[in-house]
Amino acid sequence: MFYYLTLTRSLEQRLVNLYRQGKVIGGLYSSLGQEGESVASAYALQSGDILSPLIRNLGSMLVMGARPVEILRQYMAKQTSPTAGREMNLHFNDFDLGYLGQISPLGDMIPVMAGICLSFKVRGEPRVGLVYIGDGGASTGTFHEGVNFAAVQAVPLVVIVEHNGWAYSTPTAEQTATLRLADKAKAYGIPGITVDGNDVLAVYAATKDAVARAREGGGTSLIEVVTYRRKGHAEHDDQRYQPKDEIAHWADTNDPVDRYVATLLGQGWATDDDMDAARQRVRAELDVAVAECEDDPLPEGAMALSQVYASPPEEERLWFRRLDG
Amino acid sequence: MAEVTYLEALRQGLFEEMERDKEVLILGQDVGKYGGAFKVTEGFQERFGEARVIDTPISEAAIVGAAAGAAHMGMRPVVEMQFMDFISCAYDMLTNYVATARYRAGLSTPIVVRGPSGGYVRGGPFHSQNPEAAFFHTPGLKLVCPATARDAKGLIKAAIRDDDPVIYFEHKYLYRRIKEDLPEGDEILTPIGQARVANEGTDLTIVTWSAMVWKALESAEIIEKEDGASVEVLDLRTLLPMDDEAIIASVRKTNKVLIVHEDTRTGGVAGEIAARINEKAFEWLDGPIMRVTAHDTPVPYAPPLEDFVLPQTEDVVKSARWLLAY
Ligand SMILES: Cc1ncc(C[n+]2csc(CCOP(=O)(O)OP(=O)(O)O)c2C)c(N)n1
Ligand SMILES: [Mg+2]
Repeated sequence: MFYYLTLTRSLEQRLVNLYRQGKVIGGLYSSLGQEGESVASAYALQSGDILSPLIRNLGSMLVMGARPVEILRQYMAKQTSPTAGREMNLHFNDFDLGYLGQISPLGDMIPVMAGICLSFKVRGEPRVGLVYIGDGGASTGTFHEGVNFAAVQAVPLVVIVEHNGWAYSTPTAEQTATLRLADKAKAYGIPGITVDGNDVLAVYAATKDAVARAREGGGTSLIEVVTYRRKGHAEHDDQRYQPKDEIAHWADTNDPVDRYVATLLGQGWATDDDMDAARQRVRAELDVAVAECEDDPLPEGAMALSQVYASPPEEERLWFRRLDG
Repeated sequence: MAEVTYLEALRQGLFEEMERDKEVLILGQDVGKYGGAFKVTEGFQERFGEARVIDTPISEAAIVGAAAGAAHMGMRPVVEMQFMDFISCAYDMLTNYVATARYRAGLSTPIVVRGPSGGYVRGGPFHSQNPEAAFFHTPGLKLVCPATARDAKGLIKAAIRDDDPVIYFEHKYLYRRIKEDLPEGDEILTPIGQARVANEGTDLTIVTWSAMVWKALESAEIIEKEDGASVEVLDLRTLLPMDDEAIIASVRKTNKVLIVHEDTRTGGVAGEIAARINEKAFEWLDGPIMRVTAHDTPVPYAPPLEDFVLPQTEDVVKSARWLLAY
């Protein structure tokens, strides 16, 4: 897990550099300070399971096997990116590796993941789904309908509610009157627990339990992970509404990577040398990834017309054309 | 006179209405302390308080529904969608509840739902949409789409005062790019339902709205200079109710019509405009009614793809020339 934590943080740092150079075309989002819960929850899945990440769940995708070069290409809108430049950032999927990219409207992925898990259940496959939602996203109608549907159908779904204190500029207390987001589970009649989201091992253990229960036919459950969004909503956001000392407090005393490093050393599970080796490996891999894609071409304009329908293909579908088209 | 941007003009219009009428409320995500994702309501909460400038949860259906309820009680809620792409989350409330309220129950629902729409900003499929056609088909709603700073101000004020529900489509590309001198002190009100001749011409009419007005004006200038032809640009400003008279008057003058919109082609508003011209002024036409629109795809992210999908000035010029030569 240390490797994935380091990879996530380093890849996001590379993206910031590329953003400053104007190479990231659209917005850039960071999971700084909350990488732990993404990595640890995904770590609790096994091959065949499917998760649906949000914009701050890069770590979960990397754990499932997404390659850094794909992420870089997505952000830079390259023709070689998984969506060939049609979609941005983490919005892409690979069912073989086990992830389904989100769309921007928050909450929409919960019913969809309920349906993915419904297919597991109907077919009798021992597979599990996992979906993330923010403290803000949990205010949507689709969240409610999706979790309720999943609960009633008892599909093998784990819902991770990321309580990171903020939804853009809105603090959680203005988002919901529920003090513990895990309490929402009661309303749906499913198990719900709260865990320290920056305690990597606690998140791993809680998710492992929920996944095991789901796999054994125990249905849907909800885990609230308590963490903190240390950067702004996106790279452009000056986050002036977030108290400076609050950010500093989390950075200084409650960083998921620092805490995990302390555990690894304290327990004697890894040495400084082991971790340096992992950091070296990440650096080398990211050097290769950036070099591999930085000069890739952007897509050709006319490629925009492909893949709207399975049939008819785009040539026949041009029921209108530009005049000389 | 003071030079103001499209965004500042909109902000002023909202601010003045908040000052004028204490029944005007603002609801939306991050509109209060933060002043909105694009800062349209910056400083409003300090001025008008948390009770009238309300930061809401991420619950579009609830925001619109609650606005409707408050409007039934005589308030004038203005709802901000952080991006108009998310208005679809409130589609049921708007089309089934709000739009039918007067007809089925005699209820007045004077709400305004406003927010940034439109592309050309590398926003990808969910931050670039022009969802006007989805609501154009719903009787009971009014739709306005300002292209200028003056109308950004004049239409928001008119929308708030209107007794019917109004969806107000801003164009995020214009926010800080368009500037205009506006008189200080005078009240600026743009009547809903009235088009505006943005450029007088005699040989061809371009019917358009929102950001496409500027592409049409640019095209008119190019054609004037390079072809010596005179192009009239009609800025509809309001899509519902549509100013048929202004459209027909221009058609009678130029006898050729090109309709330009940024939204996709199939089922787009241009089809309805063409049908109305066909019904009301067929004998005045000297050529087919043509359209320049986006291609029928979602709005893609990569710049070359987005540029290909969305209408460009060259596309407008090309179609206009073809029609002029017809
Ligand atoms: C339905 C919908 N409304 C509004 C938005 C705009 N928006 C994007 S992210 C965001 C805040 C999300 O906060 P949260 O769910 O807590 O996730 P976090 O950013 O903290 O990871 C908002 C309002 C959206 N994406 N979808
Ligand atoms: Mg949050």
